[in-house]
Amino acid sequence: MAYPADLKYTKDHEWMRVSGNEAEVGITDYAQEQLGDVVFVELPDVGRRVNAGESFGSIESVKAVSELFAPVSGEIIEVNPYLKDHPEAVNSKPHETWMVKLRLSDSNASGSLLDSAAYERLISA
Amino acid sequence: MVPYAGWDMPVEYSGITNEHLAVRTRAGVFDVSHMGEIEIAGKNALAAVQLISSNDASLLQTGQAQYAALTTPDGTFVDDMLVYRMAPSHFMLVVNAANTAKDFAWISEQIKTIGDVAAIDSSSRYALIAVQGPAAREILQPLATIDLSDIGYYHFGHGEVAAARATISRTGYTGEDGYEIFVPPNVADRLWQAILDSGRSADVLPCGLGARDTLRLEAAMRLYGNDIDETTTVLEAGLGWTIGWNKGDFIGRSRLLEQKERGSARKLVGFEMIDRAIARQGYPVLSGGHPVGTVTSGTQTPFLKKAIGMAYVPSALHAADTEIEIDVRGRVAKARVVKLPFYSRS
Repeated sequence: MAYPADLKYTKDHEWMRVSGNEAEVGITDYAQEQLGDVVFVELPDVGRRVNAGESFGSIESVKAVSELFAPVSGEIIEVNPYLKDHPEAVNSKPHETWMVKLRLSDSNASGSLLDSAAYERLISA
Repeated sequence: MVPYAGWDMPVEYSGITNEHLAVRTRAGVFDVSHMGEIEIAGKNALAAVQLISSNDASLLQTGQAQYAALTTPDGTFVDDMLVYRMAPSHFMLVVNAANTAKDFAWISEQIKTIGDVAAIDSSSRYALIAVQGPAAREILQPLATIDLSDIGYYHFGHGEVAAARATISRTGYTGEDGYEIFVPPNVADRLWQAILDSGRSADVLPCGLGARDTLRLEAAMRLYGNDIDETTTVLEAGLGWTIGWNKGDFIGRSRLLEQKERGSARKLVGFEMIDRAIARQGYPVLSGGHPVGTVTSGTQTPFLKKAIGMAYVPSALHAADTEIEIDVRGRVAKARVVKLPFYSRS
């Protein structure tokens, strides 16, 4: 699967789609492939503030549980309600299935993340 | 691929959910050649098996198998196993891969004073391929020289499968009907391919360790190292039905009898989550906020689509519908005790 050029990526295999001072956050195709069939996504309450690198939820597949880490600092302004009953969307459409929307504390913070070319190098290493 | 008891084994081929559902609705094929085989033979083979096994092997006809515990003097598990009666004085124990060496050493030590009996570890002589699911027989029959409908549940027969000498056993670890086929290792690959070819129209899927674990858990089959080990007794594990109380003495019998009369302080129960969360092995079980036990197995199951698990809890919490709590990584989630198994085929 191609890694969209309009997304920013982390070494923890999250992606972020920034528009203005808001961003959607999800996990990458590589991450969902490693996890296998996703059966449960545990998301935070709206209004919670998270720091870059902080765990804001968890994602569970049949075989394992992984934490979700905030790519940058911000406030949770929305969680994806669709995931409650359709966690498998993370497997089928990883780069379209956002988990939370963040209001960014620093709208330039995404500059420190990887672009798609750098992310592809990371996972093929 | 993951390392598993000295073997490299696939966790999944096409996805645990896919594979799990294939076994419940059609069929799946598993390479379980890692399982250990220990054979006990000689004039006193029955006496030897009766000494080391919880179950009554004298009830077995030649061609029949039974589930049993390989017991310690404390009535706990050296291992769990299937005991096959190959001939009146020849038994084969199918044991867990990780325990084979330990089991063989244990058995050899226990039976050495009996005389006229020998145990050998014949694990390297057998590959083991399992075909499990409602379509198992229609897939396997065209490959076999014997009529599979003659083989009853927990019985086995000898014949050829895919032109290889085989022992075909109507057993499994999935909760479905199906067969486990013992063949020499050099023909395992051919048998595997033949089953996939024969099963193409039934859409048989190759299945890995992941689906094997979720299938056995739905069927509430215990997994050594998770649900049972050397610290859990046969009675605590809810496997009292594997104890042949009337067969005479066996290793661990007196302790088990004592526990049976006194009642066990804890017992393995099944639970399903009430709150949206998945319990996993090792998570603490709470009651009224206090730790009372530990989850031994837990997952979200693909067929029942529920988060289920098993745990040892005090006797006061055994009854179905008792509410317990699971500490899911610091968050307390409600669960309810349910009757086992979670799934049984109709």
